[in-house]
Amino acid sequence: MGFIDSHILSLMTFLPLLGGALILCLPKGTDNIVKIVAAVASFLPIPLAARLWVAFDRTVGGVNVANQFQFVEHYSWIPSINVEYFMGADGISLPMLLLTALVSFLAVIGSWGIKKQIKGYMALLLLLETGMMGVFASLDFFLFYVFWEVMLLPMYFLIGIWGGPRKEYAAIKFFLYTLFGSVLMLIVMLALYFNSVNPETGGHTFNMLHFMQQSAHNAWLKDFDVRILLFLGLFIGFAIKVPLFPFHTWLPDAHVEAPTAISVILAGILLKMGTYGLMRISFPIFPDVTVWFAVPMAILGVINIVYGALCAMAQSDLKKMVAYSSVSHMGFCLLGMAALTPAGMVGASFQMFSHGMITSMLFFLVGVVYDRAHHRDIDGFGGLGAVVPVYTFFVTVAFFASLGLPGFSGFVAEAMVFLGSFPVFRTIVIFAASGIIIVAAFHLWALQRVFLGPLNPKYAQLEEINAREIFCLAPLALLTLYFGVNPMPILNLMSTSLIKLVDVVKMVI
Amino acid sequence: MAPIAIDAQALLQSTYSILPEILVVATALFVLFVDLILPEENKRVLCGVSIIGVALSLFAVFSMGPARISGFSGAVVHDGLGAFFEIVILSACALTLLMATGYSEWEGTHKGEFYSLLLLSTSGMMFMAKGTDLMTVFLGLETLSIPIYVLVGFHRNRMSSIEGALKYFLLGAFASGFLLYGIALIYAVSGTTKIPQLAAMLLDASLAGNPMFLAGAGLLLVGLAFKVSLVPFHMWTPDAYEGAPTLVTAFMSAAVKAAAFAALIRFLLLALPGMQPAMGKILWILAVLTMTVGNLSALRQDNVKRMLAYSSIAHAGYILVGMVSGDVLGGQASLFYLLVYAFMNIGAFGVVMLIAQKEDEGYDIGNFAGIGFRYPVLGALLTLFLVSLGGIPPTAGFIGKFYLFSAAVKNGYIGLAVIGVLNSAVSIYYYLRLVVYMYMMPAGAEAPAPRPPRVAFSLALCASAAVVLVLGILPRSVLEFAERSVLSLLM
Repeated sequence: MGFIDSHILSLMTFLPLLGGALILCLPKGTDNIVKIVAAVASFLPIPLAARLWVAFDRTVGGVNVANQFQFVEHYSWIPSINVEYFMGADGISLPMLLLTALVSFLAVIGSWGIKKQIKGYMALLLLLETGMMGVFASLDFFLFYVFWEVMLLPMYFLIGIWGGPRKEYAAIKFFLYTLFGSVLMLIVMLALYFNSVNPETGGHTFNMLHFMQQSAHNAWLKDFDVRILLFLGLFIGFAIKVPLFPFHTWLPDAHVEAPTAISVILAGILLKMGTYGLMRISFPIFPDVTVWFAVPMAILGVINIVYGALCAMAQSDLKKMVAYSSVSHMGFCLLGMAALTPAGMVGASFQMFSHGMITSMLFFLVGVVYDRAHHRDIDGFGGLGAVVPVYTFFVTVAFFASLGLPGFSGFVAEAMVFLGSFPVFRTIVIFAASGIIIVAAFHLWALQRVFLGPLNPKYAQLEEINAREIFCLAPLALLTLYFGVNPMPILNLMSTSLIKLVDVVKMVI
Repeated sequence: MAPIAIDAQALLQSTYSILPEILVVATALFVLFVDLILPEENKRVLCGVSIIGVALSLFAVFSMGPARISGFSGAVVHDGLGAFFEIVILSACALTLLMATGYSEWEGTHKGEFYSLLLLSTSGMMFMAKGTDLMTVFLGLETLSIPIYVLVGFHRNRMSSIEGALKYFLLGAFASGFLLYGIALIYAVSGTTKIPQLAAMLLDASLAGNPMFLAGAGLLLVGLAFKVSLVPFHMWTPDAYEGAPTLVTAFMSAAVKAAAFAALIRFLLLALPGMQPAMGKILWILAVLTMTVGNLSALRQDNVKRMLAYSSIAHAGYILVGMVSGDVLGGQASLFYLLVYAFMNIGAFGVVMLIAQKEDEGYDIGNFAGIGFRYPVLGALLTLFLVSLGGIPPTAGFIGKFYLFSAAVKNGYIGLAVIGVLNSAVSIYYYLRLVVYMYMMPAGAEAPAPRPPRVAFSLALCASAAVVLVLGILPRSVLEFAERSVLSLLM
């Protein structure tokens, strides 16, 4: 276990890539082998993730202290500019790593039915997994940026080649939006690099943990106006990914056109990178600006919650509705983070984890009905509950989880967010609470229109959900339920780090 | 008149200092002679001979090492910078020759003249890279240019080829005039044409403020800016690039640019500190204009060759960002980028050449529809090169751009870096547009198959792809080489 333990994050990151390379080497006409290789390559990170779960020491914080990170791998990569291959995990990144391992594997299984160019599809999907894992494991800003960008291209191709009718438009829109965000990030990264030093060597550094030591910043970087600009540059970069209003317009297009499994990854993992970036990078590096910017962030969060929910209610396309519900749910993350209280921060992080599972279910379920009916018009169904009871059961579970019914993880997360943020921003949170009602309304309304009422005779022979699809959904449903009833395992995992993060940010006031 | 004493030792050292150039010129002349006696069906041998000559020259560069060898009373010098650029130029030439194995067959350029012109032009570039005297730079530039004028017009029966050659020649002649006049003015004021001496004199304020000197330096800059096609001296580029045989376009875009930048870097890095802040501002404006105009023009092109021509203008702008920064990091970044650019751009042109089949209309973007899935290897290679040109990790293009922009940020040109990265984002749009055609558009009904590449051609493509990927992941050694090269200049 020695080698595996000391390189566990690298293995989780690069095993999928290896699988992808292997797939490209397979000859034509071996579609079944391609699928099996892909499934194995994306499954391997799961036992490794389980190992992380078991071996992770829940009592140390990490955040800005190098020796509190676990499973660290630290090598020099490009010595002339001090770029390091620096990976490690703490309570902020660990839940995301677990989520990525699980959702990526399910996405591969969920893509079993892809007919067109399965070889290229699976290779890109595995490359995407490498990018995502890398983002969550990197502690060097340069490395983080490389993985962040590496993720862009496979996503672009997966939407652009295997997507729906307006795939080119959606793919390029996704790409350009995200790229615009990442070039801002690049500039901030360079500004940080040249204006801070590694206290040990005195040279410039890309090490995030060094950026977080305020004493490592030079006079220019200590100037508050400069810090505001740099913070906003990063914030926009991450906000596009979340996506925060008004940078969210790429999301519905990308989701509607993307194939099912890609939507799952997009909503389940990619969106979390935005909020993860804020927690990992923006907050600890610019704690003073974070405090200064807390109220605008909370307001943006509430706009997301309410506006996303209203947009979702207005949709007639089931997938678009789910996409907008993501916008709404990600608003809770931002609200909880902006409160800068332990409960709010933990709630936000738990919401990221929980929403990752719930929204993955939702997109899988939309995919199931789309595969059979070839449309997603909410008003075009009716009474399906009588025809496909098992499918209806899963949809009901997912919808109730998504609207925040007690007993599901979403409820715990949202309750914690409210608990943490209400003492800080009273009026704003009252507005946010109204979002809950709208969220419940559009879920129930959609449920009613699709599954209840008189049966639409066109779908009297609709095929029931099959075993493979249940295999994708069941683990997510069970975990959502389990962590809804007993959230402590996940909360224990992250709370030490998140409480420390709050301390790091608050220290400056 | 006393007889001039011949110092045998100095002569030997001078000859040794230009050994790589001698090898290239000798190969060029040998090819020209052999061409006379070789029967028509064996002309392919000439290509092989040229490749061997270039390989020998490359070997000579490597075996001479980074030591500083000055020759001909300081007219040329073999140093780190010269060696670095010789490697770039010779690599570009070698890739071009390897691709010529296929290209010449279908375009009928299996002629002795083609190869010897290519080699002569290469030797001119190498002299430019090594010239420490402005006169050497000028001679190198002319030796480079005249064969290139002919090569651009090599397709005698194609109107666009002749048009491009004529435009390039007329404007190029003017540029040479500017350059020479600039040198004359500088000589009139300072009494020397040696770059290191000029740099030393520039630290003395009276020369730096002298209007005649400034006019001379400006004219010099214009002459070189024309060759690297900086905006607003770029007017010839799209037509010449589109008209020239594609192989020549690929060679020009990488090698000519590298040679002219070599002279610029040598002159600017040494002389810039004495000419600040005026020169810095001029370069800043040129860089911004070049990046922006190049990228915005490329956005609207439906002809892939023309698109790559405009993108090549934009890339000159990126490289100039390193010059604006004007320090070691900036120089290092420019050097690294020029090397990477040679491989990714020639690689891109190589794939495009195979797909397009015939000049002019073959390069319409519609012809690339559906290539990605029908020919996965070609599609993947072109995508790799385009992604690298766009500067997305993990390719060498990303590392190169990263270095250029970090040099700008380091020296306080944050505005320039922001404009640069935004430009880079714009450029992604048109590179990806080609990718969209390759992978997301259905192939036309009578879409012809790309030409099957010869072994040497495939070798060139694979080598380019390998360089683009390896330098994207492990750029360390080449970056350090580039740094040493710049430092060797400043010592």
